[in-house]
Order: sequence, then C-alpha cells, then structure tokens
Amino acid sequence: MAGSQKTHEDKKTINVIINDQHLQVPYGISILEASTEAGVRIPTLCHLDLHDIKMVNQTASCRVCMVELVDSKNNRNKLVPACVTTITDGMIIRTDTLRSITARRTSVELLLSNHPNECFTCPKNTDCELQALAAELGIRKIRWEGERMNYPKDISSDALVKDSNKCIYCRRCETMCNEVQTCGILSGISRGFNAFVGPAFNIPMVESSCTYCGQCVQVCPTAALTEVNHSDKVWEALNDPDKHVIVQTAPAIRVALGELFGMDPGTIVTGKMVTALKRLGFDAVFDTDFGADLTIMEEASELIYRIQNNGTLPILTSCCPAWVKFIEHQFPELLKIPSTCKSPHIMFGTIAKTYYAKKNGIDPDNIVVVSIMPCIAKKAEAKRPELTKDEHNNVDIVVTTRELGAIIKEAGIKFEDLPESEYDRPLGETTGASVIFGTTGGVIEAAIRTAHEWITGKELENVEFNQLRGSDGLRKATVQIGDKELKIGIASGLGNARALLEEIREEKDKYDAIEIMACPGGCIAGGGQPYHHGNYEIVKKRQDAIYEEDRNKKLRKSHENPEILKLYKEYIGEPYGETAHKLLHTHYEERERI
Amino acid sequence: MAITRTNIMICVGTGCLATESEKVLKNLELILKARGYDKEVKIIKTGCFGFCEQGPIVKIEPENVFYVRVGPKDAKDIIDEHIIKGRRVERLLYKEPFQNEGIDKQENIPFYKKQLRVALRNCGLVNPEDIYEYIALGGYEALGKAITKMSRDEVIDTVKKSCLRGRGGGGFPTGVKWEIAKAQESQVKFIICNADEGDPGAFMDRSILEGDPHSVLEAMAIGGYAIGSDKGIIYIRAEYPLAISRLKTAISQARELGLLGKNIFDTDFNFDIDIKYGAGAFVCGEETALINSCEGKRGEPNYKPPYPAQEGYWGHPTCVNNVETFANIPSIITKGPEWFTSMGTENSKGTKVFALAGKINNVGLVEVPMGITLREIIYDIGGGIQGGKKFKAVQTGGPSGGVITENELDTPIDYDSLTGIGSMMGSGGMIVMDETDNMVNIAKFYLEFTMDESCGRCTPCRIGTKRLYEMLNKITSGKATMADLDAMKQLSYMVKDGSLCGLGQTAPNPIISTMKHFWNEYVALVTDYDNPQGEGKYEAKNKIGIES
Amino acid sequence: MKIKSLDELQKIREDHANKVKLRDSGNGESDKIEVLIGMATCGISSGARETLNAFIEELDHKKIDNVKVVTVGCIGYCHSEPIVQINIPGQSPVLYGNVKKDKVQIILDQHIVQGKPVDNLILKVDFERA
Repeated sequence: MAGSQKTHEDKKTINVIINDQHLQVPYGISILEASTEAGVRIPTLCHLDLHDIKMVNQTASCRVCMVELVDSKNNRNKLVPACVTTITDGMIIRTDTLRSITARRTSVELLLSNHPNECFTCPKNTDCELQALAAELGIRKIRWEGERMNYPKDISSDALVKDSNKCIYCRRCETMCNEVQTCGILSGISRGFNAFVGPAFNIPMVESSCTYCGQCVQVCPTAALTEVNHSDKVWEALNDPDKHVIVQTAPAIRVALGELFGMDPGTIVTGKMVTALKRLGFDAVFDTDFGADLTIMEEASELIYRIQNNGTLPILTSCCPAWVKFIEHQFPELLKIPSTCKSPHIMFGTIAKTYYAKKNGIDPDNIVVVSIMPCIAKKAEAKRPELTKDEHNNVDIVVTTRELGAIIKEAGIKFEDLPESEYDRPLGETTGASVIFGTTGGVIEAAIRTAHEWITGKELENVEFNQLRGSDGLRKATVQIGDKELKIGIASGLGNARALLEEIREEKDKYDAIEIMACPGGCIAGGGQPYHHGNYEIVKKRQDAIYEEDRNKKLRKSHENPEILKLYKEYIGEPYGETAHKLLHTHYEERERI
Repeated sequence: MAITRTNIMICVGTGCLATESEKVLKNLELILKARGYDKEVKIIKTGCFGFCEQGPIVKIEPENVFYVRVGPKDAKDIIDEHIIKGRRVERLLYKEPFQNEGIDKQENIPFYKKQLRVALRNCGLVNPEDIYEYIALGGYEALGKAITKMSRDEVIDTVKKSCLRGRGGGGFPTGVKWEIAKAQESQVKFIICNADEGDPGAFMDRSILEGDPHSVLEAMAIGGYAIGSDKGIIYIRAEYPLAISRLKTAISQARELGLLGKNIFDTDFNFDIDIKYGAGAFVCGEETALINSCEGKRGEPNYKPPYPAQEGYWGHPTCVNNVETFANIPSIITKGPEWFTSMGTENSKGTKVFALAGKINNVGLVEVPMGITLREIIYDIGGGIQGGKKFKAVQTGGPSGGVITENELDTPIDYDSLTGIGSMMGSGGMIVMDETDNMVNIAKFYLEFTMDESCGRCTPCRIGTKRLYEMLNKITSGKATMADLDAMKQLSYMVKDGSLCGLGQTAPNPIISTMKHFWNEYVALVTDYDNPQGEGKYEAKNKIGIES
Repeated sequence: MKIKSLDELQKIREDHANKVKLRDSGNGESDKIEVLIGMATCGISSGARETLNAFIEELDHKKIDNVKVVTVGCIGYCHSEPIVQINIPGQSPVLYGNVKKDKVQIILDQHIVQGKPVDNLILKVDFERA
C-alpha cells in the first residue's frame, strides 16, 4: 500500500494543536504518531506499524482512527484517518469530538454487524483486537443489523484455518504476504459487501503456494486466520494408556511461553515449562534442541563435505519448513542447494522412534511424539509424505506455543508459580548452540562453531560470532576458518530470502553458507508464538533471552553434547554416513506456483 | 477520381448501431451502387449525433437534411427520392410532438437549437476512422502549434486562462493540474485519459471516443508536451468495444503520420499512447483506483495524498484527465482562451455534455453552454416529459449526485450552483423522473448501484451502503418504523463522513437529497403503506428505464 | 509518411479539404452560396445530372469553396429543365432555365464569381411563392 510522503526535511519541527495541547513535532509524522507523543490515544484497527521488519499497513480502510481536522477559517471541519494523515504546520486536531467518536463507533458497529456473534467459542476470544476495540469504545448496541457474510471455512490445509466470515478486511495479512513475505498468496477477492481476503480464485489454501509461515496469522486482528488446533489430539494421546507420549519443545518456546501467563516478554521459563509438561502427564519431556544439535552434526559435516569435494555451494540451512516450501514453489531450479538435513524436530522424531524406542524396548508404533513449536508450518511439515512414508510418522502431533499455553491453563496448572525442573535424558541433553536455533543467525552460528573446530582441529576461544547476529532481515558476513574465509548470508523473512536467492540464481555474489528463516526475526517471531499485536520490542526481548540462555549453558557446541556423541557411537555411526543418510536426511520436490 | 457531390452521413455510434444502422448502411451502399450513383455520392460513417432517441440518424450533405428513425427499408427512398430526384423524404424528417410539419435542417430541430458543440464538435461530422477528415477540419493543428510555437508554460498558461475545469465531475482546474504535474521533478511522467465512464445512463465519453477519437489523442499529446510526459494511457472499460476499436484505428493512423511516436513535428518531443482495459468497475473512475487497475492491481482507491500528480502510475507523477476535458483542449489551443471563456458562467467556462435519460422525450446526448437552466435542457432540448406527465425531479451527478426539484429548475447550471442546491455536476448523467416515480425507489436504485460497485476497501462504504440498502428495502416493503428513518439518516451522514474515497463519500447523497425534498414519501411508506406516493411497486432494478 | 511541420499538416489539410467541404456542422446558418438543381424525372431526362456534376467539377477545378450544390425536386417548370437556382445570401434568388452542362461555365463565372446574373438565361417567374 502506498506510504505517506516522506521528505528530506526530517529534522524540521512543526507546530500542531491536538485537543488544545500545543506541540512541536518532527516534520513528516502522522497525526497518530503525534498523538501518541502527546499522550492522546487514538484507537486503531487496520493500522499496523512493524517498521522493524519494514512493514507498515497503511490501508486506511477500517476508518476507526478518524479525527476531526479543524478548519475554522472556512468553518469546514473534516474527518481524516489519523494513521495516514501527515501533520502539516499549524494543524488543529480534535480527537475527542462527538463527530469523530461517532465515526469511530459507527465503523466498529458496522464491522460488528457483519461479524459472527461467537466470541465465546472463538479461538481469539480475549485475544481479539476487534473485541478489545468494541470494549474500549463502549459499544453496547449495534444499530444497523443485516445480512452477514457467509463463507465456508477453509480447513483444507494441515496448518492454517481461514474463516473469511471473521475477516474485517484490514488487509494486514495481504500486506504481510505480499510485501514482507513476497508469497503473493493472499489478496482481496470479490468486492463491496462480499469482499474478503483469500488466494487467487479463492482456491483452497492447500492448493496455493502458501508456505504456512503463519505471519498472516500473527498479524490478523481477529480469528479470520488462525492455526489448525491440535490440542485435542494431545489430550487424547495423554489419556491413552497404551501410548508412550513424549514431548519436545523448540528453542523459541522457552522465551515466549511466559507471555501467555502475564510474564514479561523475554522471561526465560524453560524450567517451569518442563515442570508443566511433566504435570500434564507426558511420559518423557525432551528438547528439540537435541534434534538441533544432531542437525548441526549433519549440516556441518555436509558443509565440510561440500567444501572438500567441490560440491554445490552455498549450502542452505533447511530447518525452516516454510522456507523449504517457499523454495520448492518459487525457486525449483535451486533445489540442489539446500542441505538435505531433516529439520531438528523431525530428526528428533526419527531418533525417538528408532534409537530411543529400541533402547527402552518400546514399540515405535506406541510412541506418540508431540512437538511444541513456535510455528504453524511445522504442522504441515509433519504431514509431508516423505516424512511419514515409513511405518510410522516422524512426528505425530504439532502444537504451537499458544496451544500449549491453552492446554496448561485448561489443566489448571498455575504456570507462574511452578518450580523449575530439568529435561529428561537422553533426548533432553542439549547445548547452547542448539538454543540459538530460535533466532535469526543462530543456526549458522551453531554450525560455524562446530565446523570451525572440526576444520581447524583447534578449540574455539570465543564461541560467539557477533558478525552473524543482529535483527536486520538481510545480513552478510565473513568468518575466517583457518586459511579459509567463509562468506555467509543470513535472511529472515521470505522477501529477504527471495532477494538472496535471486542473487544466487543470477550469480551476483558468491556465498559458502546461507541461513534462511521464513519469519522476520526467526522462530522467536513465528506464526505460532504469542501474538505480538504489533509490538516488535517483544520479539527483540525474546532474542535477547535466547542469547542469554546460550550464555548460561555449560556446553555451547553441538559436537560436545555427550548424548549426541553416544547416539553416533551406539547407533548412527559416522555423521553424514550411510545410516545418517537413511535416518536424518530427506529430499525436496518441485511444486507449482500459484 | 470522380468528385463527390453529396455525402450521406450515417451514424454508427453504439446507440444507432443498436437500432440497426449497420443494416441501413448496407442497404444504402447496395442501392447506391445499383443505381450507378456510387461515384458521385459518398456514404460516410460517423459518430454520435446525440439524438439517440431518434436513431438511426442519416444526414444528407450539403443539403443539410436530417433524417431520423431511418429503418433498413427506408434506404431505397433516400436514394431514389432524395439522392436521385432531389426530393426530401418527408416521412423521415423529425417532427416535434403534436406537429405535422417535418423539420429538415438539423439546426432547426429544437433538440439542437440551444446546443453549443465544442467537445462534440466533430461528432456526426467526421468519419472517426479517417484521420484525414479530422485533419481536413483543422485537426492536429493545435498539437502542431503547441509543440512548435509554444513553450510548455505557454500551453499550461493557455489552459489555465481558459478556466477549463475537469469534466469528469470533480471540476478541478485542468491547467492547475497540468501545472502541478509539470512541476514534479521526474524523468518519467504519465498522462492518463480516464475513459472509465460508469454512471448509470451516462455515455458522453463513449460518444466522443467513438465519434471523434483523434481529438482526445491530440489533446493527450498536448498535455504530454505540457507536463513533460512521453507516455499516454487511455484507461477504457472493456464494455466499450466500438470505442476501443476506433481508438486503436486512430492511434495507428496517428502513428503512421508521425503525430504520435518519436520526434513529432520534427521536434524532440516524443509521445505515444497505450490502451488499458478496465473491467467496468465504477470505482475505477476514481483516479487512484484507476491507476491501481492500470498497474494490474485490484481496482480500489488509495488514500490521498500522495496525489497521482505526485506519485501515480508505478510511483511516477501522473496526470489523469477525463475524455470530455481532453476533447475541449485542441479548440482552446487553436482558438485561444478568450474564445473559451466567452462561453459559460463566471466560475464555469465553456460547455458541458449531458446524457439525457429517464422519463424525457428526447433521450440523447446534448452539449450546452454552462449557465443554461435545467428547465431549458429538459423542456426545450429534451422536449419535456414523456407522455405529457408532470415533471417531478431530475438527478444530476449520477449515483453521487442528488435530486433537483421543480423549484430549482431555473438554476443556471454550473459546478457551483449545482453543488449549492445539493446535487453536483458529476460527469454529466441527467436522469429525469416524472410524477409516477416513487423517490424512495429512486434512492434505492442508486444505493443498489453504489453498494454493488463499492470496492469494499473501507468499512463505511463496504458495510454501510449495504445496511442503507437493506433499510431502504425495509421501508419499501412497509416494515420500517419512523425510528428506522432516523437511523438511516444518521448512517447516511456517517458513510458520507467516514468513507475513504469519493464513491463512499457521495454514495448516500441520493438518500439525503430525496429525504430532504420528498420526506413525505418516506413517511407515507412508514405510516400509510397501502397508499404510497407514485407507483405502487417497489422494484429497484430497471425501474427508471435505464440500465443498471 | 510522417508529418514534419505545420506546413506539411496544412498541405494535407488542403489535399483532403474536399472530403469534408460538403458538410455543415449544423451550428447555425451558413453563409454559403447555394446552387439548387432540380432533379425530378423531367430534370434528369433533360440532363440535370450532367449539369449537377459539371457544377461540382467546375467548382472544384476553380477551387471555389463558398458554394454548396444542393439537389431539389420539381418546381413545376418542366418545359425549361434543367432548372438551376442560385441563392446568394442577402440577395433575391435567381432562377435559370435550360441549363445544359455547357451553360454551367458562364453561370459560374458571371453570377457566382462576379455577382452579375446571366440575364439571357434567367427564367422569369414570380418568386413570392417560395
């Protein structure tokens, strides 16, 4: 969507009067920004400013932030949307007149008149921006009732549910999908009263090129886009006496789950989370970080193999299923580049149903692997045919951070007050390297820590590679390993991934290794994480927490994980060897682009 | 080459084609040939004469005899009687209602008497598919003059001095728009012709494009020169196939003569024109929606600013003008701004084309000087109300305008006076209602239109127009209460106040203005449903005899 | 062929002027001289069509463009066909009889160009009825 005009005169300040407050504000800011500075709250709905990831939704379509622009000279005040109207010198604004309040309420009333009345049973109940807005504006009656939209729910995919009847047409998802993720799946369909957002020709989501990155779910103010809820399956498994139910938690969960229980963003709740999972009755509580360490063993080996054998470079990380689906649809000609490693939670599932099952004498068919993921694409990944084609699935159930939070609440567990406990062994033994998988730059840093020691044969003095860290969506860095300088590219957000892949396809720049995560910021900002509601500071705090968790670990390199070493010794043999290939590697396929 | 002594002008505009002018044309050609007169008599296909009610129109030149309602069978008499024997075919002459005497000359027909043709100057006069005819009438001289003898500022100054205002409805001064576009620092600029005519019952732009496409091309090139653009785009609805084919022919002819393309008139000015097709959405007449549609995006408006003149087509400065606005430009350049300002009122100069429709005798296209009264248009030009019924109201400005009643019929028409009486100029649709029309139904008709045509982007328009329509339905089915009338009135003002673009901001106007002038008809439907005002049936679609 | 200058455009305009010269925009009265030629059966049989075409050709040849040649029906003087009437704006109409095509030249030169009616060809009738 077209942005408001930015000028070069950023330093200039201009005068504005908002609700009788005389203010000096920087040139070029919007009424909404100026009001926030003045401590005046203007409610918004469609507006979403995620400038950290270069996304600002400026559709000006909900008409909730209407304020009155005073024009006493001509006696012609007018209403303007505060979110997109740039302040000009001497503007007089009133946000609190009957006219502007009425306009706001009318817009919300109209939205509610076309919204299913099912807040009680809605997945976004108490977490819905429309609901909160109705409460804030004190809507008690809808004056204009009438026909409502009546579209069938799209439940075609294994990852996300699209309930167009709850679409308020703010177009945040569309902006996210098109401008940030460059997937181009979601756009406005139909017009007038029937308008809603969906894939081209309103085909089922499963037939589209949707990567299920879930960023649309993350920004949807209502429940028009949500994850497929699998928490009932977890309850069923936990209550089945014949099943051995084990759970693994992704690195990004421990720094976000606390938010669902009123804890500050960035609070590390690993110990409480493990306790909660144990109390829920899982037979063993393990860590996806174990799978991540295993991934590093394989990926670092693959990188060294490719370097030493003139193999295809760069190598691309393959932990992120949304990114994998993206390359399959969008860059099928580059399918030789990604690492063939399965993603950490799938590797974990495989090991659980082979090594762990054998070791403990459990029939793999009776093992249920539950993954707690910050991601909804993992739900679809677990159903990929090549990952389920053996006698058993690698992973049986995937639930998001949000779903886990709901399960814990439903179980009556008072999370905030829980004592801390440790993961079970063997698959709960982890290193700092695997924790940082949760943030952008983390996977490649973990791989470099291992590759560095393996190639040079010397112990690293400093395991922290600051040149690989940061929150920019697209970063480039070099790492010196012995006499070789490795060129690294890091992208988070699929739009940045696209830019990087185009560089590779057109051979504009040479890289040795590339890390891509579909979500801007990495898994900490995944589609299955607690809703940030437009506050990206939350994501930054989660990132800080991830690095803190790494620093707190005694072992910080994957190849030092004793349980991993034992696993290779007892069961797999050589990293990147024959058994490893069979168990831990996969392949990709070209997919249609629509 | 035998010298032609007579031209048979036959209208092949959309209106006349619909009444079989193509067959008339075929028969004329066949008979002319059979009689051996095809060397000295030429048949010329022309654009719209405007008198669509009386189509197909055939005009014989140089006698200046105007035949109306010419059927395929009448071709024989036109050739055998008029062409060969010089005798007027009396039965084909236009007769005023209740008069026996036919009128032979076009200018003597009351429909044309008060008209003044500037934008339509060549419609019905030239063969739109022959660039040489356009040139023979002075075509492309304005372009030549502008780019070889005038500076860009002089061109803009001339247009500014002419006080020409946008004919698409907004009435923004064209010269000022050009000036703003010229002032933008950019290597790439665009000039777009808005031919997305969408008001129900309006066909001014279509007729100009069908009847005189070169005037628009010429003006676009002049505009391109003035603002510093080398690329023009005509955004036209795909439902105008004839206009599109005429435009394509005209563009290729102009390219052949070097009037479009590189180094026009041997100067360093390059200009070419592309056609982009719209799918016929009303909202795409709004300039930002139009630009979105041109870019292949969803046809919906953006918040302004930035205005297209600052950031338009693919982010480049873009000047969007309407067809009729362009059609005025060449004459202004050749005849000078004083000539143009000699017509019209203080703040609205020149002429305006209106499409007369509804319950009026002479349905058709008229061009009148600004300042003429509605009464003159409806009674003198339009021939009064069909079936001798009583006039009730006229809607100007299409679905965005309002109704004007008997009391205000003597208002001189210009941009400001129409706004002053609660309607607007709009693009030129003029729909006449008679005493049998129920005004609640009229409001419902327009609301149904805007509701259907809303892009859905903003809440008040997307849901608000739907709710307004539902309320009108409730009223016309006798289920409404007085409280509903109040609620509808409130919502009308809120949709107007809160919508993002002109479509939503004006959509409630038909309700607001009918409530103001015909409140009793609303009340009657609430309190005394069995005795409604006007016709008793409340079906909105096609109710007032126009396409929906 | 590309038009390179206003003069070239002007030339094209002149070359194609005859295409549109017959036409009247319908905007108000014309100040053109009218040549009315009776084209009823009697006229045609006496050579009116040839006379008509001779007028057209001569006008074109002499590049006279303020004249329009109009066909009309029978006015009742069949004995004197072809009949031609010249209407100069502001003057009384003049009616000529027996205008075979060889008479066209003299009417054009004397009456239309110089404004002097060709007396010996004039048909004496009372014009009040017109």
